[in-house]
Amino acid sequence: MDLGPGHIELAGVVKSFDGFINAVDGVNLKIPDGAYCCLLGPSGCGKTTILRMIAGHEDPTAGEILIGGENVVGLPPVARRTAMMFQSYALFPHLTVRDNIAFALRVRGLSKAARYRTADAMMEKVRLTDFADRLPAQLSGGQQQRVALARAAITEPRVLLLDEPLSALDEHLRVQMRQELRAMQRDLGITFIHVTHTQLEAIALADLVVVMDKGKVRQAGPARDIYDSPNDRYVAEFLGGQNVLSGQVRTVNGHHAEVAALAGSGIRVPLTPGIHVDAGDPIAIAVRRDDVELVRPGKAPAADTVALSGKVTGVEYQGYFVKVLLDAGGSADFVAYVSERKFFSDPVGIGEAVLVTWPIEVARLLR
Amino acid sequence: MTVAEHAIAAPVSRAVVAHAIAPRSSGRPWTFYALCTVFVFYVLALYGPMICIYILSFQDVRGGLVFPMKGLSLHWFVDLFTQVRTGDVKGAFERSVKLAAIVTVATVIFSFLAGLAFRRSFPGDGIVFYLMIGSLVAPGLVLSIGVGLLLHFIGIEGSWYTSAVGAQLSWTLPFGVLVMFAVMSRFDRAWEEAAYDLGASRWQAMRLIVIPILAPGLVAVALFGFTLSYDEFARTLQTAGSLNTLPLEIWTMTLNVTSPSLYALGTVTTIISFAIIAICLGTIATIQKRRASRAPTG
Repeated sequence: MDLGPGHIELAGVVKSFDGFINAVDGVNLKIPDGAYCCLLGPSGCGKTTILRMIAGHEDPTAGEILIGGENVVGLPPVARRTAMMFQSYALFPHLTVRDNIAFALRVRGLSKAARYRTADAMMEKVRLTDFADRLPAQLSGGQQQRVALARAAITEPRVLLLDEPLSALDEHLRVQMRQELRAMQRDLGITFIHVTHTQLEAIALADLVVVMDKGKVRQAGPARDIYDSPNDRYVAEFLGGQNVLSGQVRTVNGHHAEVAALAGSGIRVPLTPGIHVDAGDPIAIAVRRDDVELVRPGKAPAADTVALSGKVTGVEYQGYFVKVLLDAGGSADFVAYVSERKFFSDPVGIGEAVLVTWPIEVARLLR
Repeated sequence: MTVAEHAIAAPVSRAVVAHAIAPRSSGRPWTFYALCTVFVFYVLALYGPMICIYILSFQDVRGGLVFPMKGLSLHWFVDLFTQVRTGDVKGAFERSVKLAAIVTVATVIFSFLAGLAFRRSFPGDGIVFYLMIGSLVAPGLVLSIGVGLLLHFIGIEGSWYTSAVGAQLSWTLPFGVLVMFAVMSRFDRAWEEAAYDLGASRWQAMRLIVIPILAPGLVAVALFGFTLSYDEFARTLQTAGSLNTLPLEIWTMTLNVTSPSLYALGTVTTIISFAIIAICLGTIATIQKRRASRAPTG
């Protein structure tokens, strides 16, 4: 079976630094060749450790790491044909841009002329030719990132590993460099694994988003699946964009469960295949913030909707939508994203009572 | 926004600003002049005594050991290198420079290796560190006598290039290692990892990345090692054997030479010390300038 050179498989990978706590705790993961994969999670969730184990800068305590079908555990980075782009780039401060990019060729013993020829071609590609003789300290953040990319790409890796590549940049540049990374990946046609704690970055870039928590994978899949259909409470809350309500199942019929949540009001939720619930089970449900509609009390909500009474506690103007924070009886704020035009056609103010409604079918049971 | 602008922006804070010690258009606060005066006295106290020595060394043949100054000539400098009665200044100087060179090389090598080792914690690292600091705190003269006694007990004759080297290293090494710690704290391990990632061997990473990046710091360690060794008296006193190093020679001279040639010696050794410091700082500046010159500014 030909998996392609950049196919990565982690099988039961465990990493413990102190012998007691597993920083990475039994991770199984397949990343197809040529995919853009984002490892997403809060700091300390083990995502960087996974990256460093794939790169060969750490060895797993247990488990196998396969690249292109072969086990690479114990091999040095060069033998794995991976290249890593370090957080804050780790450009060599005493070498010029050209010498930084040509470093990998220098240690392979290429002549100065030969390695500069290749480096110059690479600099042309990433638009760094004008900066060839500068030192890293004389470059902007975006230029430094391009040098780091070029330096890693010159080794012709089959996998490029990026550790928080955008965290050192300001907001505006981050969005721009995000597109450049994606274009570069398409250009090179190799597997990119990108570690980030920013969910927007992950869902904007990745073919495959891997959400992690405490050394474990919580959910892996296409960005839209992760955002729209989170498996569990953790993923729903980490990705944002969802209201997560806890409650207790009252009754279950063939298609729906009636959940008592938010100060006793009953909420009907469609059953999800694969999640078994019985009356009396504690359960969490998720409702997308942009699926929520606010209705004036007295007006009848549409058919087949859930309606809760709530009170507006905050309004944030966000440009193309308005974020309305509500007290609907739960412990956390209930949030509705209302489109800008719709909100201002009948604006609600802080302290006003409204009905919080959503169609029954859009809510989801969480594991 | 400056403090003054701030005051305009927020009238409430104007009263606060008026009393604050900060530069204002009306001039500097009185505390500036008070602190200036203290600083001038500090500098005078620091360099005044030395400057007296330098001035008195330029007297002519009638010169004495105290002010007022009698004439102006280089007589005592000539005297220093020609008269036998002043002792073996030339020999002592040569020994001191050679000793300092040996100590410097050893200090740089060991400090560098210790700096690399202490980046990770290892079993007993705390004990090793405090043992090292301990030798810094130990009184030099006592240490020197101890080394002398031990050598005598074992039956080895001490000399400036054996026992004195060891005794001085007990002084220069802790300093060197502490400087190295400061240098290493700004060394990003990711540089080394990036080198391995790009295919460098351990030795290539050391030669092409670690040593070049740390070079200015290593020069600073060398400077420390050299100057500490070059004027070390206490630790050398009982360990140098039968031949004197320069500080021992000067000390001997203070006991039996009663002419300004003693001051001339002080002037000469100071010039040499400053020359060495200038060479080191020049080297660091050259390293940095060479890096910058390869890159057009802008």
